[in-house]
Amino acid sequence: MQLFILFLPFLFALFLPLIKKWGKGHLGYYVIPIPIILTVYYSSFIGKETQYESISWISALQVKFDSQLDGLSLLFSLLISGIGIFVLFYSIFYLNKKERLHQFYMYLLMFMTGMLGVVQADSVISLYVFWEVTSFASFLLIGYYYEDRISKDGAFKSLMITIFGGLMMLGGFLILSNVTGTMSIREMTAQAAQIEQSSLFYVALVLILLGAFTKSAQVPFYIWLPDAMAAPTPVSAYLHSATMVKAGIYVVARFTPIFAATAVWGNVIAIVGVVTLCWGSFFAVKQKDLKGILAFSTVSQLGMIMSMLGVAALVSYTNDTSTFYQFAAFAALFHLVNHATFKGALFMMAGIIDHETGTRDIRKLGGLLSVMPVSFTVTMLGTLSMAGVPPFNGFLSKELFFMTMWQSKEALPLGTLVFAAIWLASIFTFMYSLYFVCGTFLGKRHTLPKRPHEAPIGLLVAPIVLLIIGLIIVFRPNVVADLLIKRAVVSIQPTLFESASDVGVHVSLWHGFSAEFLWTLGVIVLGILGVLTLKKWQPMYEKWPEKWTLNTLFNQVISIGDASFTKWSRHVMTGKSRQYFTFMLGMVSMLLLFVLWKKGAFAFSWEGASTIHIIDGLLVVTLVAGTIIVLKATTRMTAIIALGVVGYCVALFFVRFQAPDLALTQLVIETVSVALFLLVFRNLPKKIKEEQKQKGKWLRLLVSASVGLTVMLFAMAAYSQKLLPTISSYYKETVLKEAGGGNIVNVILVDYRGFDTLFEITVLAIAGLAILGLLRSKKRKGDARDESK
Amino acid sequence: MNQNNVILNTLTYVVFFMIFLFSIHIFLAGHFAPGGGFVGGLLMASGLLLLYVTFDLETVRKMLPINYSILVAIGLLFALGTASIGLVAGDAFFTHYFNHFQLPLLGDSELHTAMLFDTGVYLVVVGVTMMIIESIGGDQ
Amino acid sequence: MEFVMCAVIGFLFFAAVYLMLSRNVLRIILGTAILSHGAHLLILTMGGLGGEKPPVLQDGVKNAMMADPLPQALILTAIVISFGVTALLLVIGYRTYQTAKTDKIDDLKEDEFHE
Repeated sequence: MQLFILFLPFLFALFLPLIKKWGKGHLGYYVIPIPIILTVYYSSFIGKETQYESISWISALQVKFDSQLDGLSLLFSLLISGIGIFVLFYSIFYLNKKERLHQFYMYLLMFMTGMLGVVQADSVISLYVFWEVTSFASFLLIGYYYEDRISKDGAFKSLMITIFGGLMMLGGFLILSNVTGTMSIREMTAQAAQIEQSSLFYVALVLILLGAFTKSAQVPFYIWLPDAMAAPTPVSAYLHSATMVKAGIYVVARFTPIFAATAVWGNVIAIVGVVTLCWGSFFAVKQKDLKGILAFSTVSQLGMIMSMLGVAALVSYTNDTSTFYQFAAFAALFHLVNHATFKGALFMMAGIIDHETGTRDIRKLGGLLSVMPVSFTVTMLGTLSMAGVPPFNGFLSKELFFMTMWQSKEALPLGTLVFAAIWLASIFTFMYSLYFVCGTFLGKRHTLPKRPHEAPIGLLVAPIVLLIIGLIIVFRPNVVADLLIKRAVVSIQPTLFESASDVGVHVSLWHGFSAEFLWTLGVIVLGILGVLTLKKWQPMYEKWPEKWTLNTLFNQVISIGDASFTKWSRHVMTGKSRQYFTFMLGMVSMLLLFVLWKKGAFAFSWEGASTIHIIDGLLVVTLVAGTIIVLKATTRMTAIIALGVVGYCVALFFVRFQAPDLALTQLVIETVSVALFLLVFRNLPKKIKEEQKQKGKWLRLLVSASVGLTVMLFAMAAYSQKLLPTISSYYKETVLKEAGGGNIVNVILVDYRGFDTLFEITVLAIAGLAILGLLRSKKRKGDARDESK
Repeated sequence: MNQNNVILNTLTYVVFFMIFLFSIHIFLAGHFAPGGGFVGGLLMASGLLLLYVTFDLETVRKMLPINYSILVAIGLLFALGTASIGLVAGDAFFTHYFNHFQLPLLGDSELHTAMLFDTGVYLVVVGVTMMIIESIGGDQ
Repeated sequence: MEFVMCAVIGFLFFAAVYLMLSRNVLRIILGTAILSHGAHLLILTMGGLGGEKPPVLQDGVKNAMMADPLPQALILTAIVISFGVTALLLVIGYRTYQTAKTDKIDDLKEDEFHE
């Protein structure tokens, strides 16, 4: 059942073309039950023990598809299916009925299964496969408007980076499974100590982190995420803020029990996370595109969650439960949930503004407050949550974040500096949040591509409900925490907490005038100051030369790679089939000779060899002479006749070696073949002589001679070494009794090995049809030309 | 092309029927003596080829209005159908059956489902060979 | 006899490869035809050539005297298939000549059509 539900979106996607054909109304209405079913199904798992189900895929390699629902998986599964409902609902109103909706929903459903598969997989291979499915679905969705160059480039960039990361991660997985001898993450976790002893421990660590960082858009791999905004807005809200980009976070969380045995894991994640947090928030203020701001904001928030997970891993490493920072993992997951609510809502609002005004350029927007008051309110509430202003859910987790980072100063290298950096980043977060709202809704109104008016209620429902969920979290934070998050924390830090009740954290809105609150207050004051003076300092972003950006680096790497590989492949792939053939045959003969020599196959024995009759000698001479004539022939007629001679000689050999069936067949077929050759060749040039350059000739002779020699030695070796007894005695003994025949060869063909024959005549029929097609296609073309005349 | 060559024309009729009968014989003999569907089919095709060499393509087409593509399809279905008999009877795919029967004129004969399969092979071989020759020959 | 046959097969393969490395389309097809002859003889020789009687049940013929039937069955299949392949190659060569007006394989390089 678990696995069926996991594949449900995927299976449903198969029916979309049919629904598109016969269904009426917007396709989204047919799809929306799927995430609702998923959400209800996964809700029923809340509070239950870990459930596991699997189905074998490649049993010899222990590869299987499986679904494991522990706390962490359940949290993510609910997030994916729950946000999915809102996104689908929003997309019904956002996307026009005339668009290629069946493709859109097909990709979206494919993503859903992929993402659920990632977070529920226990087998690393299953995890990897689903991981790539999400990358691929993301690629297809970003490139949804494929006529658009920006979409195409964005899709390409995201695919390059995430597939690169995926492959790295696969390498890490394979190392882990090689060390532990299992594909299961649970069993790997049980052998964590053994993994740490391995010499490849750090290689695996780096490889897996590369996968996680590319997917979760950490510096310096984040560059694909802003470009992914070319996707339709529901996709940005779903894949590129709420779910897919959190796959990296999931992997970090899932593998923390394995890698937390060293401080390196936690330190690297925390530092990369903090750098990403600062980088993203700093550059968000530079953006002109509404979705661009949100994209950089997502980058920065992902960095923030990542850094908290890093701290959590350090806690697991030190086993230090004296201070609050033991709850870093809790803070990370809590923020992850909050982020999904407010960022999803904000993306939808950006889409609404785009929809109603025709532009997302913040320089052209402004003064929309009077015409779009509802949108303004929703956006405002969302951004305040994003900025971490009380009393919104973003504030709750932001405060936990401050607390964690403040208290982990000693644990992290350069802890104080790190804290200063994140505080500064929070100021920038506040600034881009206000910048987003004020730039859009306040100030002077410009002329817009469309006459702006309030969005239809259908579009607004999804973001409003998301915000309401956010508000529920504010008032009842511990319900969510107790039901979902604490159990997930147990999955991340099994050594610290045995059960959900051990995670002794209690979230409350008001802590009094604690240090964290003062930090927040400072952020707000400085942030407001920054926004007021934005016009003065924003131009400084332009000072940075375009040449020195990560995007330019990426483009250069791609174009240099492109050019050099083109050059290289041009060099090797000359388009001359003879050259390829020379390489291939030369290699085959060398390899074969090497293996024969290595295996000691050159011990020839001629025991039981038959004697040479005078007729044999004559046949051999005729055969060789015929072949030489074919080689030397300069006209087609000579060559065909000589080839016929060779064929008849072979037939006579069959007579000689007691194979009457073969002889008969060969004789008739040779006759028909010669007729065919004559039929075809009469339309071709008479002369088949060729000019041959001296240089190529020797190579050609060498390769041909080496192939001939190899085959000769191979034949001799094969005759001399009989490793296994022949199975022919079986046929000889059973042919009359069981198959009721006397001609063993024919009985083998029609009875013992009937399958071979069935396929053989099928191949023959296909060859006949191909010939018919080749000759008919020309006729049709010729007819068309005649008509046009 | 050789329509005026009386000797060749007359001989061709005789030889064609000899080849035809020999082809049937060798096909039927296949289970106990050298021969079978492949050889039989090829012999038949070579006999037809002789007709094409002697007469014009159009003349032969009028004499034997056979669509060889359909012949191939029939042959394939025949082979596949024979192979499936086992499935119907509850045995494995490709199970063949044989028994002795008392037939009028021929006396005690062994009948064999493998023979039916071989008929399919025969038809496919004749069909494909003729299809190739006809399409190349007709392509001017 | 087996030794002689091995040498003959080696020679057939040499000739076939030499022809297949040619520039001329027709010679390449001739090469494949010779290659299949070589392959058939190779299978037969590997099974041993010492059979005194054909693999057909007859009175007074012991099983040990018969030639090995399995290679023969394999070769029979191969002969018919190679006939189909040769015919297909012939027609492809013929059509290529009609379309490209050349029987030189080097003149058929892909990029001459694309660039």
